[in-house]
Amino acid sequence: MQKFTIAVLVYNRFGVLNRVTSMFRRRRFNISSLSVSETETEQYSRITLTSYGSEQEKHQLIEQLNKLEDVCFIKELKDSETVGFELLLIKVKNEPETRSQIRDAADSYGAETVDFTRDAVILKLTGSTRRINAFIDLMRDYSILEICRTGVASLERGNTTISKVNI
Amino acid sequence: MMLSGADIVVRTLIEQGCNVVFGYPGGQILNVYDSLYKYSDEITHILTAHEQGAAHAADGYARATGKVGVVISTSGPGATNLITGIATAYLDSVPLVAITGNVASTLIGSDSFQEIDITGITLPITKHNYVVGSVEELADTIRSAFKLAMSGRPGPVLVDIPKNIQMGKCEYEPAPPAAAEERLREKDERIEKTASCILSSERPFIYFGGGLISSHAEEELLQLAELLDAPVGCSLMGISGVPSDHPRFLGMQGMHGHYACSMAMHKADCIIALGVRFNDRVTGNREKFATNAKIIHIDVDGSELSKIVTPAHALRGDVKETVVKLIEKLSPKKHPEWWKKIDSLKNEEKTSGDNRDSLTPRRVIETLNKYLKPNTPVATDVGQHQMWSAQYLSFKRSRRFISSGGLGTMGFGMGAAIGAQIATGEHAVLVTGDGSFGMCLQEVATAVTNNIPLVILLMNNGVLGMVRQWQTLFFDKHYSNTVLDRKTDFVQLMKAFGGDATRVTDIKDLDAALDAAFSYSGPYLIDCAIDKDEFVLPMLPPGGSMDDIIVKAGD
Repeated sequence: MQKFTIAVLVYNRFGVLNRVTSMFRRRRFNISSLSVSETETEQYSRITLTSYGSEQEKHQLIEQLNKLEDVCFIKELKDSETVGFELLLIKVKNEPETRSQIRDAADSYGAETVDFTRDAVILKLTGSTRRINAFIDLMRDYSILEICRTGVASLERGNTTISKVNI
Repeated sequence: MMLSGADIVVRTLIEQGCNVVFGYPGGQILNVYDSLYKYSDEITHILTAHEQGAAHAADGYARATGKVGVVISTSGPGATNLITGIATAYLDSVPLVAITGNVASTLIGSDSFQEIDITGITLPITKHNYVVGSVEELADTIRSAFKLAMSGRPGPVLVDIPKNIQMGKCEYEPAPPAAAEERLREKDERIEKTASCILSSERPFIYFGGGLISSHAEEELLQLAELLDAPVGCSLMGISGVPSDHPRFLGMQGMHGHYACSMAMHKADCIIALGVRFNDRVTGNREKFATNAKIIHIDVDGSELSKIVTPAHALRGDVKETVVKLIEKLSPKKHPEWWKKIDSLKNEEKTSGDNRDSLTPRRVIETLNKYLKPNTPVATDVGQHQMWSAQYLSFKRSRRFISSGGLGTMGFGMGAAIGAQIATGEHAVLVTGDGSFGMCLQEVATAVTNNIPLVILLMNNGVLGMVRQWQTLFFDKHYSNTVLDRKTDFVQLMKAFGGDATRVTDIKDLDAALDAAFSYSGPYLIDCAIDKDEFVLPMLPPGGSMDDIIVKAGD
């Protein structure tokens, strides 16, 4: 089992995300995160997904994506050759006895307080998936009310771009 | 010229080389039907009894010709009735374009009368589908659908056309018929490596499927077999790709495959797999499948390479082109020892086979064989009769065995036979069972109306034979809901439809019945009484390996 990240450029059309996720569902692929956004051109949307599985499962996922008519480019983004970040918003209970500990933890991770009320505080953290997981784990010592994370946004280092590579 | 959307649909179909379509009209496709009326001297529409029959007919047409089959239906229930037909084509990689009407764009999403999200429903059973957004993009969308249906690994594409688009007007410019996209080519060095692996083998076996037929590589396959001195076997979808009496051909492999073929594949040290996907009916227990062999897998669909089995060498690309390149890198081989083994397997098969002289499935099919011309298409439904057909039918030409392999659709045969008859112009044959025939027999009406010369060989055992066989073997003979106990008089039924029929209970009478059937101008049914406890043998139990093969009843 390995974790891997795949970037996909798809046509920016009605229902494309549905076609992609329908294929994941039908073929039982495990997707751990998925982010979709507009790109530098109106023509394409970019999907970044992380999944885990064997080398064979990874190969299948890429090949099955490749068969979708709306998929234009696919590339596996290797950790060593890419920069990738996730955004986390985490809401924890604001209680006098834990307030300073939460603030210390947030400070050491560089998480920013974006909302502060009598009963709750929302922290924002940007970073690698691993760093975000670690921070969430730390917060479990306190009372987590809600979590929202974006999935990975990832680009390759240097001047390589996804559209130059077709599998 | 300025045309309505509906006219553009029909003009584009004609422009794409389509001169026959199958379908059923309705409210939201009326405009297109009006245009079909207008252009009826350039394009024929075959009206079926049910949209499912139309989809199977378009599928049968496509299988028999290699061209794109076209089916048209209205929105809502018309569209949902196509589903089984589209799924059947999808699982067997048949190029099909389905055109559905839909309610006007402004009404979509409001649950209006006969509105259904057909593109949503067909997402997992089409290569791609479209909702046409404007009359200006209509012609190009249909062209893309044709191109896509036949490109790479073929398959069905659906085009959903809202009513207002059919009514809209725009300028229409004819275009040439779409050509399939150029298929991917494998790198020379990988082909070279594969060739040296093949040359090092002592017991090569060539195994092909529907992908070989899609790629028109039948001749290249035989060249390869000669060069390597290799035996050849196929999957269900490969049947008719090689003449049945070819000395290198061992028949079908798999759950009910020919004994010699399955055993040879099991004993081979190198399996050259062309246009196949190693379905579970082929491999049985994957862990124990072809453990002695290096597998060379050639397919146009990269996702099939290593989906089920891990090949020693995988070549992605058009089967025909890849085999041609492979042949260039190979040198002639001789394998006398291997052929000694194969001949002894063939003998074992002969002696263990069913040689009874009564009205047995084997005798019935072999009698039918005498009546088949090289160009005769034979469609089947699904079940025991299908496997007996696959085992005993004799073919001379490719694309003449028309059968639902992947989805296993009971009810496929009637529509498919009609489509195949229209495609070939030959007196067609449907081999069916009483279970399957009961599912879509309303299409006999279509065959009568359209004077389709069709011999329907009904293997009537009064039970759902294949399920019964499993119940006998694996469910302690609990015949749950497989005894039909119907009182249908098929001879009277055929006459009521306007066709003809006879009943055969003795093998001696079968020739006379077939003579009558083949000299009749419309659909003629032979109600053939088969014992309910006939088995399809050999049988590889589900999930079993070659060690578990059942060759004789009672094994």
